[in-house]
Amino acid sequence: MSRQTSEKIAFAVLTFAAISVVVPILLVLGYIVVQGLGATSWEFLTAMPRSGMKEGGVLPAVIGTLVLTFGTAVAALPLGVGAAIYLAEYARDNWLTRAIRLAIINLAGIPSVVYGLFGLGLFVLALGMGTSIVAGSLTLGLMTLPIVISTAEEAILTVPQSFRVVSISLGGTRWQTIRYQVLPQALPGIITGVILGLERAAGETAPILFTVAAFYLPRLPTSIFDQTMALPYHLYVVSTQVPGMPIDVQFGTALVLLALVLSMNAIATVIRSRFRRRRQW
Amino acid sequence: MASTHGVKIETQNVTFSYSDSREPVLRDVSLQIRAHEITVLFGPGMGGKSTLLRLMNRLNDLLTGNEMQGRILFDGQDIYAPAVNVIELRRRVGMVFAVPIPLPDTIWGNVAYGPKLTGVHRKDQLNETVEKSLRAAALWEEVKDRLDEPAAALSGGQQQRLCLARTLALEPEVILLDNPTSGLDPLSTAQVESTLHDMKQDYTIVLVPHSVQQAARMTDRAAFLLNGELVEVGTAEQIFTRPTDPRTEAYVTGRFG
Repeated sequence: MSRQTSEKIAFAVLTFAAISVVVPILLVLGYIVVQGLGATSWEFLTAMPRSGMKEGGVLPAVIGTLVLTFGTAVAALPLGVGAAIYLAEYARDNWLTRAIRLAIINLAGIPSVVYGLFGLGLFVLALGMGTSIVAGSLTLGLMTLPIVISTAEEAILTVPQSFRVVSISLGGTRWQTIRYQVLPQALPGIITGVILGLERAAGETAPILFTVAAFYLPRLPTSIFDQTMALPYHLYVVSTQVPGMPIDVQFGTALVLLALVLSMNAIATVIRSRFRRRRQW
Repeated sequence: MASTHGVKIETQNVTFSYSDSREPVLRDVSLQIRAHEITVLFGPGMGGKSTLLRLMNRLNDLLTGNEMQGRILFDGQDIYAPAVNVIELRRRVGMVFAVPIPLPDTIWGNVAYGPKLTGVHRKDQLNETVEKSLRAAALWEEVKDRLDEPAAALSGGQQQRLCLARTLALEPEVILLDNPTSGLDPLSTAQVESTLHDMKQDYTIVLVPHSVQQAARMTDRAAFLLNGELVEVGTAEQIFTRPTDPRTEAYVTGRFG
């Protein structure tokens, strides 16, 4: 076989591999859209469920997921970004730093259902929060912490060292340098990472199973100590727990969840590309 | 703090090595920088010149694990003493780097950054400082109508003068310049050199030059550093026309470099 032939074959195989990555996404999206589009309508998005949830809409689940996503952000952001700043700018190469990094790696490896059980034991029972938005947000926040820390740290490390040197040589303290040079430059990267982390939290079922999710609530929650419905759990419920549920309601729910998650993705992408175009380094 | 005998900065038997190497980068360097003079530190590459500059405003503090022996005095005070306010030191001893590093901000924002760090926030004060510093760096006329444009849009020579203005905004007493014209064309180089000559009466300047020729153009006093050793110090006339050490003569006449 000549060199040119093997080159062509290799190129063809690799191109095929790359293209075939797109296929599963299109299949999943396509199937869900085709099956679920029929059920989606303005009423579906804005109405409460009726008649054993076979009719009506998914409003409480959507609201619940949005509230929980916001709660996750509140729980994970301060601690996560703070830890990232510490690791990137202050930490020295000693046993404490290594222990912290090991802890973060381990946190990332814990299965989501284990987080759910932990949330049940600590937040719901021991701290007496009951199954509530607070307990659910804290559990999801804990689960999202490793992602926030690593993407934030990476964004901070991407800021060129030369800016720090300039700031220090002008008599800036380390915190001033972080506050005026590093953080503003790293912010778009941090935001993108946080959105991607929240996106995952929005779609998780196991952590909210024991800590906040409700099978059915007749009214929207009014306080952070209330339970709430949520889209991932609601999808599970309408797909398996209610006999005689119309197929398009199931897929419609899936479509709504997918749309929510993908639009978060799109926002993150837009932020990232706008930032890339505008930055001066 | 009055300077003694006109000596602004003095290094006494400074030996320095970086944490990742056993070989000292500076060996037993004792050098006096006199006030209101341009002192040039010249020599072949890896001679320790940049390192010596960075020791003078403690910029090497950013890297941990280095070892230094000897003392460095600024206005007679040891700058590495525990009680020293490093922030204050860096404001009084400013530095301009070889590659112009404009901050990702407007021209105005770059020059105002130093004063802002000290707590100056009033617009009128900052505007005054920005204009004064840009004039001192011979850049005001070229940028006065576009102060809120991004600094990255300036040419190389303009950016370097901007970095100079940025340092001047803190009204330092000493300015350290590490190869400030290395990336610049001859016209910009001449502008920077002439600006530095004009500034001499108000500041003390320590310069690592781009070439022996620039060293000769800029000196009041020149120090020849070879492999970390201070070989010879003297006035321009002494060093470049009647050097006492054969190594100095060999380098100055271009027999090695």
